[in-house]
Amino acid sequence: MTLGKKIISLKSCFNREEPNMPIIILILAIAAIITMIIATGLGPVTVSPDKVAKILLSQIPGIGNNVAVTWERLEQNIVLGLRLPRVFLGMVVGASLAVCGVTMQALVRNNLADPFILGVSSGASAFATLGMLFGAFSFLGQYSLALSAFIGSAVTIIFVYMISRVRGRVNITQLLLSGVAVSTIMEGLTSIIKLSAPNALGLHNAEFWMSGSLAGAKWAYLQLPFVVLVVCMVFLMINYRGLNLLLLGDDNAGALGINVRRFQKFLILIASLTAGVAISVSGRIGFVGLAVPHSTRLLVGGDHRKVLPVSALLGGIFVVWVDVAARMIIAPEELPVGILTAVIGGPVFIWMLKRNTMAKR
Amino acid sequence: MNVRIKIDGLTYSYSYDENDAVHDVSFEVNEGEFVGLIGPNGSGKSTVLKNIYRALTPDKGAIFLDGENLLKMSHRKTALKQAVVGQENDVPFNFVVEEIVAMGRSPHKKLFDIDTAYDKQVIRHALEHMGMADMAKRNYQSLSGGEKQRVIIARAIAQESSIFLLDEPTNHLDISYQMQIFDLIKRLKVTVLSAIHDLNMASLYCDRIYVLKDGKIVLSGTPEEVFTPENIFNVYGVRCSVEKHPITGKISITFLPEEIIKTHSVVDKPLGGNA
Repeated sequence: MTLGKKIISLKSCFNREEPNMPIIILILAIAAIITMIIATGLGPVTVSPDKVAKILLSQIPGIGNNVAVTWERLEQNIVLGLRLPRVFLGMVVGASLAVCGVTMQALVRNNLADPFILGVSSGASAFATLGMLFGAFSFLGQYSLALSAFIGSAVTIIFVYMISRVRGRVNITQLLLSGVAVSTIMEGLTSIIKLSAPNALGLHNAEFWMSGSLAGAKWAYLQLPFVVLVVCMVFLMINYRGLNLLLLGDDNAGALGINVRRFQKFLILIASLTAGVAISVSGRIGFVGLAVPHSTRLLVGGDHRKVLPVSALLGGIFVVWVDVAARMIIAPEELPVGILTAVIGGPVFIWMLKRNTMAKR
Repeated sequence: MNVRIKIDGLTYSYSYDENDAVHDVSFEVNEGEFVGLIGPNGSGKSTVLKNIYRALTPDKGAIFLDGENLLKMSHRKTALKQAVVGQENDVPFNFVVEEIVAMGRSPHKKLFDIDTAYDKQVIRHALEHMGMADMAKRNYQSLSGGEKQRVIIARAIAQESSIFLLDEPTNHLDISYQMQIFDLIKRLKVTVLSAIHDLNMASLYCDRIYVLKDGKIVLSGTPEEVFTPENIFNVYGVRCSVEKHPITGKISITFLPEEIIKTHSVVDKPLGGNA
């Protein structure tokens, strides 16, 4: 096949009217694996992709012993101890934030919803800082950070959702403004907590964490976000019809057999879990939940059966690459990845807002 | 005759309004009937329908579907019995027509079910019935108001429920679309309860009519019984003349502006006159 034909057939796969889902998922899954191998090699010390692949293969029991060792010990340590957990974490966080965005957008029936814009990230940070600096949630054990961030997200989502509902329907102006108001309150709370912090070390940690970074990734951080992502994803995929129906409005969704109130509560729980847990391991990485689902819908249309897996994969790939950029641009120093996503995502948000208001006219 | 919907003493008030939006409303819809709910703006037509399709929960009274208490049924079971065409039919995201119609299949689906060949067939038939088969792959958002409404009715058809609840299904549509939509619904031979704004439409299509005013049922009966100049003046406060139309055999209503009545020599005739 010539290249031209290939592009045409690729275009027909990503046709919004009739996307060829198995092929799209396959392409994205392969892209995700390639991304992980290349991204693992990139950084201040570069390891070539074939070495990364071999190092990874050597770790697989059974075939691992057949791989000839052509790399240095240091390279193996960088790949396995530093980069790989970071890349994995990027995948999981990106996917979680994208899935959280999809969930929130279905909940409020608007594609401008995003954990960052609606103040959920601020809420999670406020509660997490409280936990970090004062040990307010230490009774929750090793998951205290994740759980406090989850509680923060849940409180904010419920708050924003309740304020923005006018006579049973979410009003977009009200939604964005209540997002601004709630995140301002939460930022204020965070400042108060930080100013009255009892020790400087904790404060430094909190500051670094809050700017949004994957730099501190360890294998131990991965478990919880991964489990939460899988569980939430399974729940959402089982209920994809319900998510679609919710877009028709509460009344229509109810008339088509959904227990709307109960389903919305589940979605609030899911959105809080995915946002809270992702934020607890990576700080605030904004706009992923906005830009990724939006691009996904441009590719495959609005059906959640397609939107959910595609945005999860795209979100993961996107965050991993932005993180690569974050550690390369001013190497050997690092940029917080949250700053980069904000620089990319902000304009996307403005463009979408503009387009939305133009469509209304 | 078999009673499909029975409403018994339904009372509902919105939280922002101290007056009851609907007060002690009782009526029945029988198998195969086309029943119209008419009344001025704010008389409670939509509120009654929303209580029946469970967007609202009655403060007092009960609603029975095929003899079963509505509130004791699962949402899915209600959806299998009745399909709803409401007033709000915007979809904020990109969906193709076919996908919107496919949503009508949801109540038939359990958690892990996928779309079967039968589902696809039902969806295709529904689109064909509404004359939308060639638009199956079009983006829903790009359709005109009349086309959107036909898609929504196709969705209701795909739901395979034998009761249709319609909330002013032809609002804001051209007269050609209004007629077309009522004709297509009539041809389905389902039980229909519809809020209707246009009295002539109600007269053309309804078997029976209930008239709501200030949240109460003030009149009921066949179009011939309900649509008299006196009744219409009492409910809407406008003068009109009515006659049995020679072709349709249905009551046809002509509204008379105050200015014309004033200058007209025979003032009494429009009020009392009848065919």
